[in-house]
Amino acid sequence: MIAPAIELARHTAVPAVRVRGLSKRYGDLEAVRGIDLDVHSGETFGFLGPNGAGKSTTINILCTLTPPTAGTAQVAGHDVVLERDEVRRHLGLVFQDTTLDDYLSAEQNLRFHAELYGLPKTIVPERLRTVLEMVGLWDRRLSLVGTFSGGMKRRLEIARGLLHSPRVLFLDEPTVGLDPQTRSSIWGYIRELKKSEAITIFLTTHYMDEAEYCDRIAIMDAGRIVVLDTPEALKQSVGKDVVQIRTADDDAAMEALGRVFHVAPVRRDGVVSFDVAEGERFVPRLFAELGVPIRSVSVARPSLDDVFISFTGSTIRDAEASTADKMRAHPFVRRTRT
Amino acid sequence: MSVSLVESSHIVVPVLVPERSFRNDLRAIKIVWHRDIIRFWRDKPRIVASLIQPILYLFVLGSGLSSMIPAGRGVPLRTFLFPGVISMSVLFTCFFSAGSLVWDREFGFMREMLVAPVRRGAIVAGKCLGGATAGVLQGALLIAIGGLVGIPYDPVLIATLLAELLLLSFALTAFGVLVAVRIKGMQSFMAIMQMLLMPLFFLSGALFPLNGLPGWLTVLTRLDPLTYAVDPMRRAVFERLAIPTAGVTWGGAAVPVPVELGIVAAMSIVALTVATAQFSKAD
Repeated sequence: MIAPAIELARHTAVPAVRVRGLSKRYGDLEAVRGIDLDVHSGETFGFLGPNGAGKSTTINILCTLTPPTAGTAQVAGHDVVLERDEVRRHLGLVFQDTTLDDYLSAEQNLRFHAELYGLPKTIVPERLRTVLEMVGLWDRRLSLVGTFSGGMKRRLEIARGLLHSPRVLFLDEPTVGLDPQTRSSIWGYIRELKKSEAITIFLTTHYMDEAEYCDRIAIMDAGRIVVLDTPEALKQSVGKDVVQIRTADDDAAMEALGRVFHVAPVRRDGVVSFDVAEGERFVPRLFAELGVPIRSVSVARPSLDDVFISFTGSTIRDAEASTADKMRAHPFVRRTRT
Repeated sequence: MSVSLVESSHIVVPVLVPERSFRNDLRAIKIVWHRDIIRFWRDKPRIVASLIQPILYLFVLGSGLSSMIPAGRGVPLRTFLFPGVISMSVLFTCFFSAGSLVWDREFGFMREMLVAPVRRGAIVAGKCLGGATAGVLQGALLIAIGGLVGIPYDPVLIATLLAELLLLSFALTAFGVLVAVRIKGMQSFMAIMQMLLMPLFFLSGALFPLNGLPGWLTVLTRLDPLTYAVDPMRRAVFERLAIPTAGVTWGGAAVPVPVELGIVAAMSIVALTVATAQFSKAD
């Protein structure tokens, strides 16, 4: 039976990813500056940050493609430098840029992968079908990958990354450059994966709304991890919720808000707004105790964009623009890749 | 089976990736080879295009130069050229095959291979076998038209030529891979290949006999590894046609065919070993 093994993997004490004092230096450029990180088994972990923050370098180190300059990293309990093959057996990878062979069919691409990973021949057909059906490409399995759209290729790469049942699946910008519909279907697969396989998902993304789906997120900036927590906790750490109400009598409402709830409301364009912790829980009390008829109410939570701004001092887009400026200022600094 | 597995709409059967073993390295070699064959076979225009150059050499150059030689003397030039032209054709096919490694790097597929739990040597070996197979197929097509230039369709001769072609193709691909492993762009690969291919080809005796040359040229031709691949094929053809030939000589003594083939085999092993070492270091 396979189930006990899954349970073991899910509850194992070994973290899926464990990083201690990891650094990577390219000449004068210190891409990663001593980071510590633990990713629990079974969680979906988001890795955020502008380009040039060191995300890709970190992923390359975790995937055994780049040796670190200092520090250690373990994936599925195996050291990425000393036990490269063990790590490779346990990880699945979906890169930002396609790594499919356009001149092979979808199925041939997957078979190549199955052979390279030495999967038992008897289970390959079933496994192939499972992953292809999961991403909705079973009917297109005989088509050449060169005829696929960007979204289909990404789905096929995800299927391929899962073919060998990795313990940790790395997704580097899995939805970048895709239309909203494909983006949401890819997130559908990711959520389904969490239900059906004992898998840890480690992903990088630019999209703050996608980071919300993660169990925990880390924000990386200039080679360091600036903060690591659940999306909820991060948003709460940034500030209170903003509650906006429209009332029958704004003056009375303003007075009551200060007197009953001890908040400092502001009135603008017929809307009274104020900050409060845990806005959703506050609303019932507001209706019960304000004593002024309320016509409408809205609660806005701080977004992860706000979180990003507060920890890195800029929005993710501004941060990228400034990185680009730095790159232009130093024409000899090139993006290093393997 | 746990409840969560049954509930989900897609029941996923987990598999375990086995530990790295010699058997799995063989599977990796086979699939890398297989991919190359699929791609070679799909690319029919490339096969046709690569036949044009040897046919030009054989019929246009061969026939044109023949008119300078008085009839009835010596070996028909086209028969003489045949082994050299096959070698040339294989040279291009194999180097192009090795170049696919550079393409793979440019188009990302290389990463798929690099993160797999297999020896880098298995990938290199698979590539070399793929190029070798492509080379032999290319050679076989030329042997098929060999009758037009007086090459008899003798099973023993054909088998000998194909076996020697296999060795040559493997060696050439290994050499090509050795170059391709460290190169990042297709442009520079092409440039370097042109630089290497032409001297290899011209000095190999593919186009002219290697005996009675000026001293400096004699030395250079003896240093060209391709010399030791062209000569055995020419000897096989001449032997079948009962034409006497001295073959390649070292200081006047003919080099035996097994020694020549041994040199080619040794070169391919060296190239393969160095290429593997470079490839393992490349990341």
